[in-house]
Amino acid sequence: MYRVKKDRLTELFTSVSKVQDLFLPLRKCDQTNYGLWTPEETFDLDTLKTVKSAKDCFFPQSEVLYRCRKEDGKISIDPQQLCDRPFVVFGMRACDVKAVEVLDRVFLSDPVDSFYKARREHGTIVSMACHEPEETCFCRNFEIDPAAPGADVETWLTEDSLYWKPLTEKGEALTAAAEEFLEKTEDGDKTVEEEQTAIRGIVEKLPLSHLDLSRFKQENTMELFDSPLWEEMYKPCLACGTCTFVCPTCQCYDIRDFDAGKNGVQRYRCWDSCMYSDFTMMAHGNMRTSQMQRFRQRFMHKLVYYPANNDGLYSCVGCGRCVSKCPASLNIVKVIKKLGGEA
Amino acid sequence: MQELITRAKELLADGTVSRVLGWKKGDLGWDPEPAYFDKAEELENFIYNPFCGANLSKYLIAAGKLEGTTLVFLKPCDTYSFNQLVKEHRVKKDKTYIIGVGCHGTLDPEKIRNTGVKGIADAVLEGDRVRLNTLYGDKEAAAAEVLLDRCLVCKGKTHVVCDELIGAEPGEEAGPGELAVNRFAQVEELENLPPEERFAFWQEQLSRCIRCNACRNVCPACSCLKCVFDSSQFDSNQKANADTFEEQMFHIIRAFHVAGRCTDCGECSRVCPESIPLHLLNRKFIKDIDTFYGEYQAGADTESKGPLTDFTFEDVEPGIIAERGGGR
Repeated sequence: MYRVKKDRLTELFTSVSKVQDLFLPLRKCDQTNYGLWTPEETFDLDTLKTVKSAKDCFFPQSEVLYRCRKEDGKISIDPQQLCDRPFVVFGMRACDVKAVEVLDRVFLSDPVDSFYKARREHGTIVSMACHEPEETCFCRNFEIDPAAPGADVETWLTEDSLYWKPLTEKGEALTAAAEEFLEKTEDGDKTVEEEQTAIRGIVEKLPLSHLDLSRFKQENTMELFDSPLWEEMYKPCLACGTCTFVCPTCQCYDIRDFDAGKNGVQRYRCWDSCMYSDFTMMAHGNMRTSQMQRFRQRFMHKLVYYPANNDGLYSCVGCGRCVSKCPASLNIVKVIKKLGGEA
Repeated sequence: MQELITRAKELLADGTVSRVLGWKKGDLGWDPEPAYFDKAEELENFIYNPFCGANLSKYLIAAGKLEGTTLVFLKPCDTYSFNQLVKEHRVKKDKTYIIGVGCHGTLDPEKIRNTGVKGIADAVLEGDRVRLNTLYGDKEAAAAEVLLDRCLVCKGKTHVVCDELIGAEPGEEAGPGELAVNRFAQVEELENLPPEERFAFWQEQLSRCIRCNACRNVCPACSCLKCVFDSSQFDSNQKANADTFEEQMFHIIRAFHVAGRCTDCGECSRVCPESIPLHLLNRKFIKDIDTFYGEYQAGADTESKGPLTDFTFEDVEPGIIAERGGGR
């Protein structure tokens, strides 16, 4: 266990950012989002949840895949270079760390997504325990421990210090690189244990911590799919993409061409949302014709289809962003309760 | 609140209405959800409190296609949106029964969190203070700091349309306490900035846009069956910012499209997950329309012609653009 005094964090970040890109939760216009840190930016480690998750660091909302250009009757294709710079994402919470595992199973299984893989290989994740979990948090239901967030290095932020524990080779390498700021500590374990006990105590008391997920199993697929409750639940849904875009595990994307005029065509991909009317639009039309069907797709995917294909792993990590951001106060918790028979 | 439930039950029972559109209790005290109630017993979950910020007017477009009359609860500012939708033939008044509900301001959970309060379980608005019950003990905040932006420039407590009022006095004027300030103050501040700084302001704000389209989908003035941004044939598509200009295009096109029809209900800013002050774009249009065509409040009635859909000889000449731009 290592320790760095809180007031030396800026020095630590400066040192890390000299040799690799450093992504931190940044405070801008009263909002906190992940972004590339430079000493001019204000980092914010106190806000529990960034508006968007750190998903962008590995799977950006929009990215160019290649560019085409026509010159003198010849077409040239210029593929986008893969990420080749090491980077650090600092401060990811346990839920967001778990979400990376959900994404890995999609993008790193055959056929491997080379853009994502390159970022995963070059990225080191430093996680941070949740000092004060919030009422919207429900990670406990997915066996996620916000007191032990995992990843390459896990950290705990207390009143005056950050406690630092490397867990992987990448984590050891970052620890070695940041050695001059990290001091070995003997009593660190005890402090961290106390913090962990406090966090776990709060988690037990959170209003959404004890959901019944027992009905969300593959064998219930058709029963859940055909439930008349969807018709009732989807009604307030505005069909916006807020829930999908703030979600750390949503992984659907669309591929489009951007006409860059004289500069040719850029083929890019961008996050897509199953809430949108043209999602899964094909030449013949769209197989999901109503918002109820789109709404159902999102939750069936998270709670039934994904786990059926991934050893029972749910593709919800209980971060609660949809709980706090949905304009109509709909969210996966309400769906779990309603379909699970609790409400 | 009990009075609202009792009255809704009566209207359901005597067949005046076929369903009720209101707000349903959430799990967390601050997250009531817009909801339909088809049966009297479902109304046990009905709630009306300062977190019921959602303007239910737009749901009436869908409700109007259902059989029978829909009972809806509207706050004073929501009634302007309703009228505007009637004017645009999106909603039929005779398919709607409106109960105007009294309002003393609605709260913004996001602003409460921004004061450093975590784990909100419930909040009660008492005069100019908000008492908060949280996982980490009882807290307090000044109402002016945590009210939704729209409430800071409250249009007043008058319902411009309703079938009956509950918890509100007809003709009651002024907003919550002394809060109503010049609603164009922030617009004027931006107008007074040098163009580069104004551009930088909007660039910083709009660059946070995640293209979730919540502002558009919640907006009562955005009632197109298919939005131009949802067209797969349109280069500027709905879900990605091709460059830093793209998100500005989306918001500016939207602001132009709702100009003269926007009632300044503030739903766009309420729902924005990135808290972009989108209402300021619309309010700039409102201010200019007031200046060029005379004071106008969209949704104040259902009959009058809108300033941009009417023509008079007093209308401002297009040359005003060059004039105001300093001849450029």
